[in-house]
Amino acid sequence: MIRIFRNPDFNFIGRRRWAYCVSLALVLIGLGSLAIRGLHYDIDFTGGALVQVRFEQPPDVRAIRAALAKVGLGDSVIQEFGEAREFIIRVPLSAQTSQEIGTKVRDALAADDALGKVEMRRVEFVGPQVGRELQLQAIYAVLFGIAGILIYIAARFDLKGGVAAIIAVFHDVTICLGALSLTGREFSLPVLAALLTIIGYSVNDTIVAYDRLRENRGRGQRGRSFAEQMNGAVNQTLSRTVLTALTTFFATAILLTLGGKVLEDFAFVLVVGVVTGTYSTIYIAGALVVDWTLYVEGRGSKGKKAVAKA
Amino acid sequence: MPRNLWLRIGLIAVAVAVSLWYLYPPKQRINLGLDLQGGIHLILGVDTKKAIAAQTERAAEDFRQALERKGIGIKRVAREGDRAISVALASPASWNDALTVASQFQTFTRKASDQTVGTFTLEMDEREASQQIDLATRGAVEKIRNRVDKFGVAEATITRQGDDRILIQLPGVQDPDRAKALIGQTGLLEFKLLDERTSVEEALAGRLPETAELLFQRRVDPESKQETKIPFVVQKRTLLTGAELTDASVQADPNSTGNWQVSITFSAAGAQRFGEITENSVGRYLAIVLDGSVYSAPRINERIPGGRAVITGQFTVEQARDLAIVLREGALPAAVSILEERTVGPSLGADSIRQGMIAIAASAALVFVFMLVYYRLSGLIADVALVLNLLLLLACMAAFGATLTLPGIAGIALTLGMAVDTNILIFERIREELNNGKLPRSAIEAGFNRAFRTIIDTHVTVLVTAAILYNFGTGPVKGFAVSLFVGLSASLFTAVFFTRLLFDLIYLGRRKVATISI
Repeated sequence: MIRIFRNPDFNFIGRRRWAYCVSLALVLIGLGSLAIRGLHYDIDFTGGALVQVRFEQPPDVRAIRAALAKVGLGDSVIQEFGEAREFIIRVPLSAQTSQEIGTKVRDALAADDALGKVEMRRVEFVGPQVGRELQLQAIYAVLFGIAGILIYIAARFDLKGGVAAIIAVFHDVTICLGALSLTGREFSLPVLAALLTIIGYSVNDTIVAYDRLRENRGRGQRGRSFAEQMNGAVNQTLSRTVLTALTTFFATAILLTLGGKVLEDFAFVLVVGVVTGTYSTIYIAGALVVDWTLYVEGRGSKGKKAVAKA
Repeated sequence: MPRNLWLRIGLIAVAVAVSLWYLYPPKQRINLGLDLQGGIHLILGVDTKKAIAAQTERAAEDFRQALERKGIGIKRVAREGDRAISVALASPASWNDALTVASQFQTFTRKASDQTVGTFTLEMDEREASQQIDLATRGAVEKIRNRVDKFGVAEATITRQGDDRILIQLPGVQDPDRAKALIGQTGLLEFKLLDERTSVEEALAGRLPETAELLFQRRVDPESKQETKIPFVVQKRTLLTGAELTDASVQADPNSTGNWQVSITFSAAGAQRFGEITENSVGRYLAIVLDGSVYSAPRINERIPGGRAVITGQFTVEQARDLAIVLREGALPAAVSILEERTVGPSLGADSIRQGMIAIAASAALVFVFMLVYYRLSGLIADVALVLNLLLLLACMAAFGATLTLPGIAGIALTLGMAVDTNILIFERIREELNNGKLPRSAIEAGFNRAFRTIIDTHVTVLVTAAILYNFGTGPVKGFAVSLFVGLSASLFTAVFFTRLLFDLIYLGRRKVATISI
């Protein structure tokens, strides 16, 4: 039998102060980057146009810009996309950005003989109205996702567990967004979908540990402190947490490397999210419940042992 | 052997058979999203404000005529804003007569009246306005559907979204510009007389009488591609519209080679009206206006009987053909504008499919090998369950007519990673029970039972997020939510039902089970 861990008994909860420091540092780096470098929003949210073109020969970016400048689109953002002859041209929303933008870009590029033949691979146009709506929808989606999960955990376990799981989720989401910002990637609709998936995934892991804690209640737990019980539950589910993280990590890492350029940012968030989601399950979610319970008990009120009550 | 074993085998067999039946042949059964097969996705906004304004404009004209018929003197009857008509009578003495006329306009309510000077405002009711919005949007959907049908796009989707939006999906369209022009064109054809009392110079300087407007003719120089705009002063009053025509067809333009024109035939009533207009205005110029642009303004030399007219412009044969479709199907009840467009070329779609399939295959291979090495025979069971999972996932998508998008493919790859989670949960639990000294059979029993509750909990949380994604997402993201949702549901079924069945088949049948290969 191959085993990653043989009867694991790591003292995760005991070292939670360290974990808090690491998490705090990561979250602060993430927030710092979001504050300083900011997040690049995709046209899904800002409105604007995106044109993906492929040339027969790798062109000079300056030649592309010159061709675009002729039709008044000189301030577009031009990025190489995946390979040297494929480019993405982003046109910010302005009076210029109309529904005919794709045609305009194509005609401008086709008119320039130096650039050779050009193929239109993708045209996206998002009007200001739709962009604003998508922004709102994105916020709603995340809030509803978190609320739904909070309600479910609060109903199945208890409020402390729910709140701790949600804090762990915020931790994961902040780190993912920070990683997006640090690497200069775009926040688009698929990235939002990835974030929501990570929310589900991270909570999923946490629930397995909570479930175990609850199941263990009353079985030879006499004389063990709540912290010890939580640590036991995390350890007992550790193999599963790590194994699942591994298979999911494989799947996402393959998406990132083989899934193509269009999916890259999406897969990137999944990869980061799987790692931090696993970490936060092992180190953060349980630890928060322990500290909260200790705090409540410390104030003299005989707090019920969180999560374990059911 | 437990009695219900055969029942369970039968159930799985039925599930597999139904899945295969739904999936064959796969190319036709799985709907590919526009991001995979190439095509245009459009969201159009119907300009309902303008539709209501036009309705109000017509009502104002009717009201003016009704007053004139009664011999009531008027200073001014004009549309004000989108929904109001402001009225000023020549003399307050005819106040009561005017109110009688106004009371016949039941969808308007009188406001801001001042009897002493003889002025009031008629405002369109809220209910009428929302009904107009509904009519305009519904009409636009229908017209666009007819145009697309005539254009010949297989499996086009044209549906209304919300109050005033239209979602259009055209898979596999080769020439997106042409399709967009055909769909987005209002197609309002109007015949109006030129206002010869006002010179173009005066109009350009902004001195226009209330009854006239300045319209332009667009000409593109065939050589330099420079566009010039020729101004015309046109009477606001529309004498005849395209609603009166019965046919439109394409002809070569005899006066300019390489250009095409559209010949239109009026209905009997339209022909009569056209005859009257031309008879009454011999010597004047009649502007043919399409969507607010002048196409030509020929001089009327004599009465034109027979109800035929020709629209000339610098049309290519395709443009002329599309214009003929637009004119035959009739104008949109309101102008539309593109709020969102996503066009994917066929080559990018093909690349995406290839890369997505590679990613799925690679994920599957890695997970397969991993499970097999780590859990041996049990891993093989999990792998078989994974194959069934994939089969069920695709069959469900085919059965529900769900659309597979690029993020949807990513969702499948991701589900493969997450679906083994259920098996891992169960297997780890069985190992633990064995460790605690349980006998193999009871370890299996306990492993499945204990893991079950956890499995339900973990699935519900991800299903909740998938459901929310579906509700808030658009196109591609919805596809991701669908494959995640269906994939997880399938994994719940296979892990709890199918994996268990295989374990029972392997270990329950035997008299004595000494070890489990796990």
